[in-house]
Amino acid sequence: MLAEIGHFALILSLLVALAQSVLPMLGAIRGDAALMAFGRSAAGLQALLIGLSFACLMTLFGQADFSVALVANHSALSQPLPYRLAATWGNHEGSMLLWVLVLSIYGAGIARFGDNLRATLQARILSVQAMISVAFLAFALFTSNPFARLFPVPLDGAELNPLLQDPGLVFHPPLLYLGYVGFSVTFSFAVAALLEGRADPAWARWMRPWVLAAWVPLTCGITLGSFWAYYELGWGGWWFWDPVENASFMPWLIGTALLHSAIVTEKRGSLAGWTILLAILAFSLSLIGTFLVRSGILTSVHAFAVDPKRGVFILAMIIGATGTALTLFAAKAPMLRSGALFGSVSRESGLTFNNLLLMALTAVVFLGTFYPVIMEAVAPTNKISVGPPYYNLVFAPLAAPLLILVTIGPMLAWKRDDLGALARKLLLPVAIIAVVLAGLALWTGLAKLSAALGLALGAWLIMGAVLVLVRRWRGAGGFSWRLVRTTPAATIGLVLAHAGLGFTTAGIAAMSAFSAEKILVMRPGETAAAGPVSVTMTGAEEVEGANYRALRAHFSVRQNGSTHGLVSERRLYTVSGSQTTEAGIGVSVLGNQYVAIGDVQQDARGQGLVVRIYWHPLVGWIWFGGLLMAMGGAASLSDRRFRIGAPQVRTPLAPNLVPAE
Amino acid sequence: MKRAFLALALMLATPAAAVLPDEMLPDAAQEARARAISKDLRCVVCQNQSIDDSDAPLARDLRLLVREQIAKGKSDADVRDYVVQRYGNFVLLKPPVEGDTLLLWAGPFAILLLGAAGLIAWQRRAPVATPDSAPLSEAERAELDRLAGPHN
Repeated sequence: MLAEIGHFALILSLLVALAQSVLPMLGAIRGDAALMAFGRSAAGLQALLIGLSFACLMTLFGQADFSVALVANHSALSQPLPYRLAATWGNHEGSMLLWVLVLSIYGAGIARFGDNLRATLQARILSVQAMISVAFLAFALFTSNPFARLFPVPLDGAELNPLLQDPGLVFHPPLLYLGYVGFSVTFSFAVAALLEGRADPAWARWMRPWVLAAWVPLTCGITLGSFWAYYELGWGGWWFWDPVENASFMPWLIGTALLHSAIVTEKRGSLAGWTILLAILAFSLSLIGTFLVRSGILTSVHAFAVDPKRGVFILAMIIGATGTALTLFAAKAPMLRSGALFGSVSRESGLTFNNLLLMALTAVVFLGTFYPVIMEAVAPTNKISVGPPYYNLVFAPLAAPLLILVTIGPMLAWKRDDLGALARKLLLPVAIIAVVLAGLALWTGLAKLSAALGLALGAWLIMGAVLVLVRRWRGAGGFSWRLVRTTPAATIGLVLAHAGLGFTTAGIAAMSAFSAEKILVMRPGETAAAGPVSVTMTGAEEVEGANYRALRAHFSVRQNGSTHGLVSERRLYTVSGSQTTEAGIGVSVLGNQYVAIGDVQQDARGQGLVVRIYWHPLVGWIWFGGLLMAMGGAASLSDRRFRIGAPQVRTPLAPNLVPAE
Repeated sequence: MKRAFLALALMLATPAAAVLPDEMLPDAAQEARARAISKDLRCVVCQNQSIDDSDAPLARDLRLLVREQIAKGKSDADVRDYVVQRYGNFVLLKPPVEGDTLLLWAGPFAILLLGAAGLIAWQRRAPVATPDSAPLSEAERAELDRLAGPHN
């Protein structure tokens, strides 16, 4: 019964979305307030219906109702309840439902918090949003129905992939979806602006919170995914340039560019066309990310044939959305006001170069991900692969100037700055970093100069972020507590995000140059070392988990005179027969000790366990930086000038246009 | 070790995880070279892994092949050529720079240069288009305030 209710609610929501995609738009054209108001109610209703549908599916998973095919194929009775529930989105059909749920929640958000938007703009945004809904709901209902029944009903289901039975993976996909789908809102903003023929500072200000609302969870999702890969996949890598990772990284890069170009449009009215283009691109890349990767096209062009209906649908959707939006852009962009001009040395210029570099970085990831597929089509005799060595080689030289610019940008004045003034402002920071770099280079030696450069870049970013605060607090007339107290949340956001980038940069530099590893066969009582870490195996045993059996080894780890214990496991999940590694990780600020166990193997001294010991210097900084960036975005989002839907009370405090720090 | 423990260990033993102690070269310098080369070679039956990371049997074969060649005294370039001869460019995770891959290698830099050129052209086209370079006129500011509501 629940399955039918869920299915029925989903069908109803499609009908609501169909009406919502036409009527508010019509209302905006005719100036009919009633039709425009319909959009707001429809958006809310759509979210309720899809929410009901999702709740039904989740309950079915909770009840382990194996008469529903999806439940039977992706959960088993032996799985702990939280993972049975998480299995709701651990599969294609369920994740599609989650996708439309998130989409409808954002739609309802625009309806609820968009009171201050121009009514016609809001109506158009809601219509465009509903068009996207229609496409995805149709996709879910006609090609990936999550509520299909199964007969005969099995006694127990097939297990969820054990790799996914992990707290990290419970939250990773929903966070990524919040990000991907969030860019549908900015896409709708862009298309609505094109339809209205207006993209002014007010439009950019309305849109910016939504960019942040997508960017923050996407940042969290990517950070969490990287952390999960690190502790779960068993060899301590934190980023693999895997197509699936790249798929989330591209919208992030473009989203970051959009975040910054929207500032220019908001403050100065410039770059409106560019901002619109980025908003369209961010969503296109999100679509490409979720779907092309999922369809298997990246492993082989022929994988599409596995389920041609889905593949064609997805492709049609991507081409339809992107193509329509870009055509509209080509037709309407010349009509947009070009806004104020700016000098070649100015905050605007800095932000434009930030955008260009981010575009180039996106191109690196895009070309790297899709070039093999394109080559397979155009030159089938010359098949190539693109892997980490390519990315590392091309990404770094383009990322370095961007990172240098991150600290300089906020020092620049809007509109026009002069090089002399900039040079004076830069003198002290550059001198400090030069000393830091020299010290680091002496310590690392010439062979690891790149590590010294990377660490110095990290210091440059963190220092730049701190300087923003110092400049704000000192003001023109010296330090005052009033300046500290009135620091806008957006400034705090900038400081946190830029400092976060610095921590991530330093972590990456340290990891790539100073990590150490040792792989060997060990028996209880034996000791081995990797870099500064010395590890003694103290024992090994077999243990029983809820739905797995495991081989568990105990280690005593010594570094800098202090000793503590670590446990490492290799699990065999009894239902599916698949295995996972649970590494023992000793965490500290300066780095992680990482011990993973493998098979039983023979060496010169007899039989023992294969043990991998790693020293990962500053690796935690990579994720700490990601977290800081997300917190920075959240701080910006809380800035009062974005407070969408705030009560319309007039208070005579604080100036209304805060400086763009 | 107990017998039950060993039984489970054997059940777990099916996929050999990446580089294993028994395949390593006794000479540390040679082993380091082998690792470096392995990181640039693709495991041809895997999705997107180097032979250094992969636990597929074929990756192990290739790792052993690389080490065999190094032990014979071949240079890094020789070893790579030897593997490419057998498996084609597909095995290289860093594709060679050639006609077919020009766009891959130069594309990102071309985008940067084109963008910079476009920006400079846009700034040159300058004052004629919009003589008014004030950020927001009073009327626009009032309009903005009216639309966005009070900001405090």
